[in-house]
Amino acid sequence: MAASLAGDDLRSSDRAMRLLIIEDDRPAADYLAKAFKEVGHIADLAGDGEDGLAQAQDGNYDILIVDRMLPRMDGLTMIGRLREQGIQTPALILSALGQVDDRVKGLRAGGDDYLAKPYAFAELLARVEVLARRSQSGGGRNEEMVYRVGDLELDRLSHRVTRGGEEVILQPREFRLLEYLMKHAGQVVTRTMLLENVWDYHFDPQTNVIDVHVSRLRSKIDKGFEQALLHTVRGAGYMIRDER
Amino acid sequence: MSDSTAIVRTSLGAAPASLPEGPRRRGPAAMPAGAEQPGRWRSALSSIGKLARTTVFKLTLVYLTVFALFAVLLLGYFAWTTQRLITDQIVATVDAEITGLAEQYRQGGIRRLVIAVDNRSRRAGSNIYLLTTFNGQVLSGNIGSLPSGTMANTGWVETAYNRLDEQDTGAHFALARVFQLPGGFRLMVGRDLEERARLNQVIWSAGRWSAAIVVVLGLAGGFFLTRRVLKRVDAMTDTTRTIMTGDLSGRLPVSGTGDELDRLAENLNSMLERIEALMHGLKEVSDNIAHDLRTPLTRLRNRSEEALRSARSEPEYRAALESTIEESDGLIRTFNALLMIARAESGQARANMSDFDAADSVRDIAELYEPLAEDKGLTLRVEAGAEALVHGSRELLSQALANLLDNAIKYTVPPPAPRDEGGPPDILVRAAVEGERVVLSVGDRGPGIPPEDRSRAVERFVRLEESRSAPGSGLGLSLAAAVARLHGGELMLDDNGPGLNASLVLPRAVAGAAAGADSSL
Repeated sequence: MAASLAGDDLRSSDRAMRLLIIEDDRPAADYLAKAFKEVGHIADLAGDGEDGLAQAQDGNYDILIVDRMLPRMDGLTMIGRLREQGIQTPALILSALGQVDDRVKGLRAGGDDYLAKPYAFAELLARVEVLARRSQSGGGRNEEMVYRVGDLELDRLSHRVTRGGEEVILQPREFRLLEYLMKHAGQVVTRTMLLENVWDYHFDPQTNVIDVHVSRLRSKIDKGFEQALLHTVRGAGYMIRDER
Repeated sequence: MSDSTAIVRTSLGAAPASLPEGPRRRGPAAMPAGAEQPGRWRSALSSIGKLARTTVFKLTLVYLTVFALFAVLLLGYFAWTTQRLITDQIVATVDAEITGLAEQYRQGGIRRLVIAVDNRSRRAGSNIYLLTTFNGQVLSGNIGSLPSGTMANTGWVETAYNRLDEQDTGAHFALARVFQLPGGFRLMVGRDLEERARLNQVIWSAGRWSAAIVVVLGLAGGFFLTRRVLKRVDAMTDTTRTIMTGDLSGRLPVSGTGDELDRLAENLNSMLERIEALMHGLKEVSDNIAHDLRTPLTRLRNRSEEALRSARSEPEYRAALESTIEESDGLIRTFNALLMIARAESGQARANMSDFDAADSVRDIAELYEPLAEDKGLTLRVEAGAEALVHGSRELLSQALANLLDNAIKYTVPPPAPRDEGGPPDILVRAAVEGERVVLSVGDRGPGIPPEDRSRAVERFVRLEESRSAPGSGLGLSLAAAVARLHGGELMLDDNGPGLNASLVLPRAVAGAAAGADSSL
């Protein structure tokens, strides 16, 4: 697999997204806009909270990337205003405040995800795409009872997993790991996203624990099959996808 | 006064207090004495003003006033009582005399009465007597002159008089009773009041003198006390001033008497001790930060420079950039760990605490790390059966446990041959309730930590020599210790014979409202 940080392999959504980046640090905003453009998305910029609010109100954006500390109106207030007006465009908060309670405050204010600075672009992109997809499908994947990728099937009700009709025995945590990956099939899922969503931890485990869990899962679902489904996306994370 | 007997490490024990000891401050010999005079006066005045403004002096004044008032009241009461006592005595004596004389008259008539009065009048220091006829003619007695009309009314009277046998013409006063006898005779018996007046005078002059003495001594004592207290307060103020300018080693003088100023000084001193320790810690941290962040920053910079200078092809540039990103990720990690420790140590995280089952957290973390141990060929066993309620932050406690477990896996070398099933595991993770405490421990079969290094191992950034080569920020144990302290517990490092047993000993939460214990299993 190509080891490119800004190549097409990072982008996993089918269509181009329209993003609004609300960030007062101009070089950082320019860098982000450029990076998103390189993977085929369209990014607009706003320099402060009030401009951001105005643009978010009339522009038709798929997602908002909001810096928490902004001139004129801070990011959380801005998101709160939008939600009051019934605008549900998903918002990802970027902040230098990365502690758990800051996070909770951000999500409570109406943010949909929270990322602490500094971050890897791949992490931001993966989260933004997951958020955008979630809102496009109206949370549709949540209602599906059976996830299918290629000949891999996961039944969320009976907790049964089969590959090519044969049952795969998984530990409870492995099941949740696979469930999360399949829910976002075709999308890059980062290690941090897995740690947050599957284990509910928000700290950095320092070691590659997630990699070990994923490789265990991989040995259970891909071993002995010609077609690998669980892929490693270098510099970003993992993706489950039927490449045929 | 032993103000400076117990000055501990003060850097200004000898600093002069600006007290009204003006004359002591002699200028150089060459300076004419007169030129110094106004300055001396001003300084004396200002120090008196300073004295007068002190709390002690004000208290002294108030105390003095109250005391004087009470003294006057007491003295007045004393004088009044004495006065009354003497008067009562006079009345009793006079009444007895009159009764006696009236008896004489009744038995022997006027003649006998005159003789009796004559006899009594001649005794030295006697009472005063006067016997008159109905028209005022004197029959007997020892009174030379009397204001006219004194005998007109019967009953008690206070009157001026002169004795017959006395030469001086000065007025005397007496308390007397005029008594009407059958046949129109009038008898007056009285007693001189000089004694009473003299006593009065004695009492009042004593009062005046003692009042004056009380005021003078009180003021002097007040000044003395104030100066004494002021001197100590000034010494304290001066010490605090040098401390404020940055010399934290200064300590307030303690006189050793255990009085309130001493208690204050002792408390302030222990506060200073704490501040100094904190400052010391801060300095150490910044030194360590300087070291542990500067080293990777230097590497980062060198690598970029090296790439600019010598890289020729795209793959070479790419490799250099990738290692740069890796290095900065390491930096971010160290930085995050530092922030986390600072937060845990400042106690900010206390706001979001809840009761949860720590045994649950132990199982979860063990489950997270178990594949890692297995990959390395280590056996990991979990003993966390009973519920172990703890009040705290699940996230922080999990992170502390993760650090301990990560260390255990990192430092334990897998056995050459697989151990037998029944034997002790390479790593044992436990959650146990021991009385009022919850003990979460991670024991390994690694090299352990020598006893003398154990307390040092918990300090920030300390990586013991043998472990220098292993990756990690060196903050794992410090973070675990900070988290334990935040929860009101401590991190204990013990010998596991062989290996290290690291335990978080935490206070057990009272069973009941267990909120926020969301097990993710």
